[in-house]
Amino acid sequence: MKCLKDKMRKLFLTILCFFIFNNNVLALIQVDITRGNLEPLPIAVSPFHVESGSVEIKHSDKTIKNIGAEIAKVIEVNFRRSGLFNPLKKDSFVQKPDIAHAKPRFEDWRLIKAQALVTGKISVSEDKLRAEFRLWDVVAAKEMVALAFSTTPDNWRRVAHIISDKIYNRLTGEDGYFDTRIIYVAETGEKTQRYKRLAIMDQDGANVKYLTLGNELVLTPRFSPTNQLVTYLSYFRNMPRVYLLDIETGMQEVVGDFPGMTFAPRFSPDGKKIIMSFAKDGNSDIYTMNLETRVVEKITDHSSIDTSPSYSPDGKYITFNSDRSGLQQIYVMRSDGTNIKRITFGKGLYGTPVWSPRGDLIAFTKVHKNRFYIGVMRPDGTGERLLTENFYQEAPSWSPNGRVLIFYRETKSDSQGKGFSAKLWSIDLTGYNERQIETETDGSDPSWSSILSK
Amino acid sequence: MDRSTSLKRILMVIFACFALSACATGKKAGSGQMQGDVYTGNDTVEYLATGVKDRVFFATNKSTLTTASRDTLRKQAAWMRKNKDLSVTVEGHADERGTREYNLALGERRANAVKDYLMTYGISGNRISVISYGKERPVNSGSTPLAWSQNRRSVTIK
Repeated sequence: MKCLKDKMRKLFLTILCFFIFNNNVLALIQVDITRGNLEPLPIAVSPFHVESGSVEIKHSDKTIKNIGAEIAKVIEVNFRRSGLFNPLKKDSFVQKPDIAHAKPRFEDWRLIKAQALVTGKISVSEDKLRAEFRLWDVVAAKEMVALAFSTTPDNWRRVAHIISDKIYNRLTGEDGYFDTRIIYVAETGEKTQRYKRLAIMDQDGANVKYLTLGNELVLTPRFSPTNQLVTYLSYFRNMPRVYLLDIETGMQEVVGDFPGMTFAPRFSPDGKKIIMSFAKDGNSDIYTMNLETRVVEKITDHSSIDTSPSYSPDGKYITFNSDRSGLQQIYVMRSDGTNIKRITFGKGLYGTPVWSPRGDLIAFTKVHKNRFYIGVMRPDGTGERLLTENFYQEAPSWSPNGRVLIFYRETKSDSQGKGFSAKLWSIDLTGYNERQIETETDGSDPSWSSILSK
Repeated sequence: MDRSTSLKRILMVIFACFALSACATGKKAGSGQMQGDVYTGNDTVEYLATGVKDRVFFATNKSTLTTASRDTLRKQAAWMRKNKDLSVTVEGHADERGTREYNLALGERRANAVKDYLMTYGISGNRISVISYGKERPVNSGSTPLAWSQNRRSVTIK
């Protein structure tokens, strides 16, 4: 926890200078983001030039040999995983990093079919890392962005993610999502007796930290909008309750004083409330608790199961699932609980609705004929699109730019539990670019943070 | 007494026929242990006392008590009336085929269905606590309809 605390403290990253940003440059290259990965943009990420006199970075026990190449690698992995870019192989690069960074010979880069080129240089002292990068439009032979950052050396991966975000934004016109974290449940052990721990990692799977020890069952962690707090369900002392965890201080507290199970928590978009279900006498309803005033409000009042609530980004509406019709379906209501409308009428069951950060879509899990789907629809229930089908998968969570969904998938097992696994997956909103996110252990219940460097 | 034993015999014969016919039609051996999709076998069942089963089983997404379940629970109630100092916890469980949060609510609903029934047979509510585990604690690791039917359960724990 101490290490994490230090990490979080060092989140400050100062943009030193913003030395060239010419909006008037007419970019000829553009990434088509509407179609997914059909024609990813060929991009060359040159290893960053490491300036002489730089010291080596020590990361826990390991020394990072060539920080310039490592930063380029992190950027490349981000780009490849996004499905929108095709990072080119380094052995075809002919220009040296420092020379390319000063002024690329565009015809050389055109020869290897690069349409965009990223160059950069870094200097590292004991307590400071300074990195600058340039994005070049190879076709138009022009610089598109140039920025420099300085931070502490152990933050080098974040520098790579922030650079990735800047480039992604310049080429797609949308905000990036690389400088983000995922909180999830790390799973180990037998299927009948799983050990579950809260875990946090960078969006690309690096820097995993475990936040709980596995002594009690923990489920469904979700970030606050500022990323500092996490709300989750813990079976501490065999009493399933919603908890609040400050990941900076490690402080934990129960949310409210309910005489029974509270579960399915999420933050309101302003971070001031937690919305969750409270189960009493076999009936689950939706409640909110204001974290400042501690005032508890009952939002739904129905003899059915009402759960998995999620606010619209403007905080005016709530979507949730309920079996009041007899089967699990998705509903939308005003945030005061009035004007409840069912929005799903397709075949099968619908659950786990989550409102997109852009506000225009709701992602959900659908169960039909014993198959599980992740899909999206408009908040009025129209325009249903199923993105992926599998034996078991559920609980989508949006990337902060509303472009990618992360969820978990479980596999079939035999009666000894053999064959069982739980893994994190992501898929593009377009339904393309489905990818597993590698984790040290099995994982479930992923939840995406907002952008860290806002 | 006589009548119930003979009834039991008849049921056993019916059950055996069912099991045989299941084998004859090439189904898995276990499929005879389900009625609809409610588990009716004893493979996972433990006993609180002689003849007092610790668990009851449910249909998919349901918390309705079957005739067999009510029979089991009446025996649990009788056992609790005899052992007046005993308090129990009723665990509610779901199979792995639902979303996690909904399953937590469903497990709670199942556990309460059991609690309510025990209370109608004279057991005070403050002797019964409930806890839902949703799909988190399956008893059978398999991904088959039989395994799922064994996992859709409420278990009464001393």
